[in-house]
Amino acid sequence: MCPKLRSTDSSAKSILKPGAQIVVDTLIEQGVETMFGYLGGVVLPLFDKLYDAPINFIIPRHEQGGCHMADGYARASGKVGVVVATSGPGACNLVTGLATAMMDSVPLVAITGQVRTDLIGNDAFQEADTTGITRPVTKYNCIVKDVKDLARTIREAFYIASTGRPGPVLVDIPVDIELEKCSSDGSKEMNLPGYKVQTKGHARQISMAAKAINESECPVLYVGGGVVISDASEELRKFALKANLPVTMTLLGLGCYDQSRAESLDMLGMHGSAYANYAVQECDLLIAVGARFDDRVTGNVKTFAPKAKIVHIDIDPASISKNVRADIPVVGDAKIILSELVKEVEHRDRKEWFKKIAEWKKKYPFRYDNNSTTIKPQYVIEEICRQTNGDAIVTTGVGQNQMWTAQFYKFKRARQFISSGGLGTMGYGLPAAIGAQIAMPGQVVVDIDGDHSFNMTMTELSTAVEHKLPIKVCILNNGFMGMVRQWQELFYNKRYSKSYLANPDYATVARAMGAAGITVEKKADVAKAVKAMLAEKMPCVVDFKVEREENVWPIVPAGKSIHEMNGLDILESLA
Amino acid sequence: MKHIISALVENKPGVLAHVAGMFAARAFNIDSLAVGRTEDPDLSRMTIVVVGDDRVVEQVRKQLAKIIPVVKVQDFVDQPVVARDLMLIVISAAPEKRAEILSLIDVFKGKVVDIGQKFVMVEVSGPEAKIDAFINMCRPYGIKSVARTGTIAMPRQFKAEDNEA
Repeated sequence: MCPKLRSTDSSAKSILKPGAQIVVDTLIEQGVETMFGYLGGVVLPLFDKLYDAPINFIIPRHEQGGCHMADGYARASGKVGVVVATSGPGACNLVTGLATAMMDSVPLVAITGQVRTDLIGNDAFQEADTTGITRPVTKYNCIVKDVKDLARTIREAFYIASTGRPGPVLVDIPVDIELEKCSSDGSKEMNLPGYKVQTKGHARQISMAAKAINESECPVLYVGGGVVISDASEELRKFALKANLPVTMTLLGLGCYDQSRAESLDMLGMHGSAYANYAVQECDLLIAVGARFDDRVTGNVKTFAPKAKIVHIDIDPASISKNVRADIPVVGDAKIILSELVKEVEHRDRKEWFKKIAEWKKKYPFRYDNNSTTIKPQYVIEEICRQTNGDAIVTTGVGQNQMWTAQFYKFKRARQFISSGGLGTMGYGLPAAIGAQIAMPGQVVVDIDGDHSFNMTMTELSTAVEHKLPIKVCILNNGFMGMVRQWQELFYNKRYSKSYLANPDYATVARAMGAAGITVEKKADVAKAVKAMLAEKMPCVVDFKVEREENVWPIVPAGKSIHEMNGLDILESLA
Repeated sequence: MKHIISALVENKPGVLAHVAGMFAARAFNIDSLAVGRTEDPDLSRMTIVVVGDDRVVEQVRKQLAKIIPVVKVQDFVDQPVVARDLMLIVISAAPEKRAEILSLIDVFKGKVVDIGQKFVMVEVSGPEAKIDAFINMCRPYGIKSVARTGTIAMPRQFKAEDNEA
């Protein structure tokens, strides 16, 4: 009846392809070179199309591992990490990985298979309400019920994941949609009326911030993961130097400011440096950039930075004035705002302020008992830092291993330190190291892990062996859930309830999986083992039998103000 | 303080779950929530009544705006609004009480929409306080059931300047 329509139809028919092919083509169009994921019934059409695709595909041993690998890949490279899982258990196993990425603003796209559209809601085999389960742990998710929406939805997923405050986006695809044929260039345009990202800061707000900085006698610059994400290290350096500001970093901000510089105050917060915490409590102006006033940073929020006016620069308006009211909010991208701000700030001497800071720095540096005959975990980290010239990409587990790494490895650049900050996911270190090594094949990647963290995902060692990745796993093995034990020691009368378990011989486990394994029991062997580990071409696990009841100092007990640190006397006694 | 928040959202599956889930996850209290289509079939409007101090409500507003399918968020707190609830209520109405009940309905400008030997179903709309008052007045007769929409609201379009012009 309508010849025009009919001719469009026939031309479309000539490029008809199944949904699975559309997915693969769209991934390639989005620049995907590497993917992680696990097979299963309802993603078989997709894997069939991946068979011929020019995509490096890494199969983890567990979907959680795959999700952390994609996360480590994304954090090391700045690209979007992609992970695939099947329906039901596959999708459920992604949840921890998605939540980890969500808390730390990591751009991920997760593609999950789903049961046939006509079976949805019937409790079909391997059916789970994936979008329902993952909604609170993704920036956005959706299920595609029409093959015509597939290409557009995947493009939107990449766009949402990688812009604004990044985060994981999940696209759930029923198997019949993977199989259904459609003209691929159906709907290229994105349709996101509710998604607006403000990158450019408001000029008046920027001027107000500059004025406050120029008037401040004792300011502190407090920077977080947002600076890393926005690739703003250079802008940050220029700004801090021009305005002459001391700089403290959050856990996820580590590396975005060179820690060897005098104005670096290192990390702040619960296990941060005394000098950073004192500086924040004394400052008259706190300039937060890409940081979110997390409770591990602020301690008691009511007494946090009590004398300070707060400037808060962040791309996520909801982060501003969420925990601490900002006096001068600036919404936008850190890189853009810092490069505007630098034009308006003036250099001020602030001799008194820097003198005070230098005194704190001198009095309370991070210290440990260097003369100890046992292996101190901090000593291992310093040795790794020394032998890698402070240049390695370092991932961690969660707990003491993570805090000591933050304290004793001196980072030089952004994307060098990769750790689960917000969610605090034990078991993150090994898979993240695998992802980081795949993203950065030429670089040394070291996972500084705890024994209990490593236990959670050590199965991924065989993934590393399969791909001959020269990752280094340094287990600071104290036989405890170290941080839990420390809290039990300090706050539960040293009752070590269930905080230890029987570990395997990690070197033997490593060798059984095809990796190299080294056990270090003497302090004198540490340097040699690190050297051997760095020379190894295959994955290498080094089991350092460290001092069992070493503590992380200082510590701000939960609910206290950040200047109320425990352990300063211990740090002083070690001078 | 009570805030009426109006959110224009994409008319897609899962949006209500997303909004409700965010409220639950962030421990915000919803007094009422009403959803319906708008003149544009791609958009729905959610009217959410929240109780909280300014800081809490500011977070509610920002967290709502952050949800991708939420297109626009307004807080009507500082402007004159027309806010209405709709209620259907079934009241026990013995024949000897019926006249009394009907005059009460009349006072509240309610409408009888169903009637039987022992009951009367009434439709009442108006500001929340009026609906509450009507319920209270009906209690002595016996209330069988109540269904309410929750508040929907719009800012007043009429402005004094318009009048002078």
